[in-house]
Amino acid sequence: MSAKARRGEAVVETRGLSMHFGGVRAVDQVDFTLYDKELRCLIGPNGAGKSTFFKCLTGQLRPTHGEVTIRGRETTGAEPHEIAGLGVGIKTQVPNVFDGVTVEENLWLAARRWHGAARARSLTAEVLERLRLGDIRRSLVGRLAHGQRQWVELGMVVAMEPWLVLLDEPAAGMTHEETARTAEIILEINEMAALIVVEHDMQFIRMISRTVTLFHEGRILMEDTMDAISADARAREIYLGRSA
Amino acid sequence: MGGSLRELRPTLVWALIGVIFTLFAPSVLQLFTIINLTTAIALAVLALSLALVWGYGGILCFGQVAFFGLGAYAYTIGAINFGGSTWAILVAVMVASAFAAALGYFIFYGRVSDVYLGVITLTVTLILYSLIRRTSGPEYKIGNALLGGFNGVSSPPLNAPWDARAILFPEQVFYVAMAALIILYVFVGWLVTTHFGRVCVAIRENETRAELLGYDTRLYKLGIFTIGAGVAAIGGVLFCNGVGRVTPDVFSLYNAALTIIWVIVGGRGTLIGPIGATFGLFYLTASLGGQSVFNNNLVLGIILILFVLLVPKGVAPTLIDWTRRRSRPAGRERRRRRARPEGGA
Repeated sequence: MSAKARRGEAVVETRGLSMHFGGVRAVDQVDFTLYDKELRCLIGPNGAGKSTFFKCLTGQLRPTHGEVTIRGRETTGAEPHEIAGLGVGIKTQVPNVFDGVTVEENLWLAARRWHGAARARSLTAEVLERLRLGDIRRSLVGRLAHGQRQWVELGMVVAMEPWLVLLDEPAAGMTHEETARTAEIILEINEMAALIVVEHDMQFIRMISRTVTLFHEGRILMEDTMDAISADARAREIYLGRSA
Repeated sequence: MGGSLRELRPTLVWALIGVIFTLFAPSVLQLFTIINLTTAIALAVLALSLALVWGYGGILCFGQVAFFGLGAYAYTIGAINFGGSTWAILVAVMVASAFAAALGYFIFYGRVSDVYLGVITLTVTLILYSLIRRTSGPEYKIGNALLGGFNGVSSPPLNAPWDARAILFPEQVFYVAMAALIILYVFVGWLVTTHFGRVCVAIRENETRAELLGYDTRLYKLGIFTIGAGVAAIGGVLFCNGVGRVTPDVFSLYNAALTIIWVIVGGRGTLIGPIGATFGLFYLTASLGGQSVFNNNLVLGIILILFVLLVPKGVAPTLIDWTRRRSRPAGRERRRRRARPEGGA
């Protein structure tokens, strides 16, 4: 619980957030708070509502009830570009990259949105180096392997220089080494920004986790360290019991 | 970074070829051919506009001829009323762009999906077609210009800027048309290397990602759609000058489909491809028109099917890929220096 002791400003808050699809309550009355420079993992079994919750934060879905505030500004139902415009870096579950252009162009497009021409160019070079994408900078993103595409997308998030980063399953479909490298990148991002990471992969979560929020049937079941959640009988039953 | 000279080099080379052609064509070709060419150039400008909107912006506008036709009608009506062509050209571009901006506002801000975008733009074109066909009575006039319904209106020829008495000869109209095509080609070629153009390409590749980076994709799409309409309108102005009149047929389904065919055959993601395809197909149909063994439309249809099946990317991108693959073992260093693989011509 040491993380709670040095809490800063609340950067993401939801109050009574609900998302209903017909009769299904994918997200149900969720109150959630993320503090500055925090790294929070959202976990839960399939259909627990993590991804739906995530999409309500990013503006891809408009919540049925409740509200979202990002750094004091209400963003419920805002367009994705408006949320990104606050300085929020977002990576979706399915890699969303610009397939028909080069790795370099992908990063440049992210950097140029926020910076002038000269700074965008130097920032692009920096990110290429930091994410070790230099060798493939001239390759079309559409021709890259899955893991590399995920990194290009992470690179775009980094090139935006965001203060808040929302990642949906950043390690999905990656090999073991790729996952470890991704964890390193995420910890690096965390030096500059607060993060919310939705993830399935338990090993990956152990590599990066500080505080973990466990979703179950659209609600928050627990919010604690990974060790504490692993030790909890209820949590083991609904989630960890099956995989561990 | 946008618009550096190296990126523009292929564009400028083609522009130079165009300039040389312009200078020598009138002394080599017959006047009849020159007049015919003017019409082909006008259509090439139309193809260029769709190459921008669809090829780079990813917006499959099935009704690019609507802006072309509006440009032609606005020019003709304007020139009759003003008694000169200078302001009429400006009016043509404004009318088409304003119409595109209004239509595009509802399409893009209403988040209409790609398929429906094609349906809407085509429908709008066909509505214009039937509307203007019904304007044959004497009561349908704008200022001094009778709309003429089915028969259309005869278009006053271009004149020297602000001198309505100095009417241009067909040969001079050809120069003007070529100059317009070359300038617009370089302009569009430059536009796609700017920050704006690169964002439009990014939106074509992945709209969600562009939004998540903080780009308002609706605004960019509206922008490229409106600019494309303005370019098409200039094509319309040249077209009614080449033909001598404008009829509702500019809005016909045949012409709407033909524009798409030029871009498919020439290749999306390049500008010179659709321009070249327009000239090629224009002369093919012209030469087929002199015989009666094959139906013109049948031949065009077969060409389209063959291209979609065998050369789906179109001529220009396929040629670029092919030359790149051939030069690969030879010049590693050279290939490296080439900026982006998208940067066709």
